[in-house]
Amino acid sequence: MSSISRFLTSRWGPIITGAIIGILAPVLVKLGNPGNMGICVACFSRDIAGALGLQRVATVQYIRPEIIGLMLGALIAAVSFREFKPRTGSAPLVRFLLGMLAMFGALVFLGCPWRAYLRLGGGDWNAIYGILGFVVGIGVGVAFLRTGFSLGRSYPAPKALGWVMPAVMVALLVLLILAPQFGRDASGKLTGPIFFSKTGPGSQHAWLGISLVVGLAIGFLAQRSRFCTVGAIRDMMVMRSSHLLLGVVALIVFAFFTNLALGQFKAGFANQPIAHTNALWNFGGMVLAGLAFTLAGGCPGRQLFLAGEGDGDAAMFVSGMIVGAGFAHNFTIASTTAGPSTFGPITVIVGLIICIVIGLTMRELKA
Amino acid sequence: MNNVNMVDARGLSCPQPVILAQQALKKAKQGTVEVLVDSGIALENVARLAKNSGWATTVEKQPGNNIRIVLKK
Repeated sequence: MSSISRFLTSRWGPIITGAIIGILAPVLVKLGNPGNMGICVACFSRDIAGALGLQRVATVQYIRPEIIGLMLGALIAAVSFREFKPRTGSAPLVRFLLGMLAMFGALVFLGCPWRAYLRLGGGDWNAIYGILGFVVGIGVGVAFLRTGFSLGRSYPAPKALGWVMPAVMVALLVLLILAPQFGRDASGKLTGPIFFSKTGPGSQHAWLGISLVVGLAIGFLAQRSRFCTVGAIRDMMVMRSSHLLLGVVALIVFAFFTNLALGQFKAGFANQPIAHTNALWNFGGMVLAGLAFTLAGGCPGRQLFLAGEGDGDAAMFVSGMIVGAGFAHNFTIASTTAGPSTFGPITVIVGLIICIVIGLTMRELKA
Repeated sequence: MNNVNMVDARGLSCPQPVILAQQALKKAKQGTVEVLVDSGIALENVARLAKNSGWATTVEKQPGNNIRIVLKK
């Protein structure tokens, strides 16, 4: 076990992790997940928000087992390698807010950074604007970090705290399997409290066992290898380290070849699955997401893995993403395939202002 | 914390341990800089920073999850 661990923390760890995500995500698409959405932390958190009734768009409601697997896989790795260290206290409320804002930005683009790279590997060139925006957002975040921005320290917490978010994920898995239906709609038909799409992206999914196992495997690997799609770009800016970036490059390259092999590669801007062609707001949405993720210390996947390690602050960020996804649809912020929605652009601008205020004002208090 | 060559990066999110260590290394230019962290990720990142900028690293595990990284040049 320890030799596997050493390998995964070596130069090869992020590359192997990225390659496996690059292969498995398009395979999940083949097995039923929506196009270029083998894994998307933003879209899948949104689907979970829908399944829980936090937003009621009938086409995006499903408890995605991949999300559950990612966190629990990281938990298994963390416990196995003595890295399960419950901790909290680093501005949890601000992290919740950053989770919401990151989700708003990601849903204006229509994907988290994982999906941005997967879309690129599937030939969706709209992702290029998203990734450019993402890099700009990270750059702004790094500038704040260099000038003293900090959400403050976390401190060790009782073991029980670290188990709360994994327990929530287990509860979601139980709700997915039991699929309780004891609410009534206006016409008296059984509906909810857990909602499942019958049409649209929410209805498209691989068999839950496969989705869960893929999530578990990736979560395990990523906890060990420290895979992070924000860290990939941020560490190049901060210390010219390509350690994590090579993982992202591997993800894109392997996704490209896997999509090609499965007949899923389709190059172009128009008519891409669950995407729109508005370059400005593909860019703008991801500036906001990139900045919010950077201020919170890592990409949405990494936040799931940290929560699996017992990090209560990352768990607050994850909660913020799910609640934010609910708001994103209820307030007409999330884009559709037709383009940005009514309140998407203004929300991105307000979100950027909030992030800049956070970046300028949050400092570690000296004792 | 009076010693300028000592960085306490415990409990800080990525990449703050690296940024604080980087600032301390730049200020010191040579000699010894100590960085205190409490996670494997921070240790790996600070060690990578040290390697990339020509500092030798020794690692000492301390009680209570603390890890003392001593950087020398």
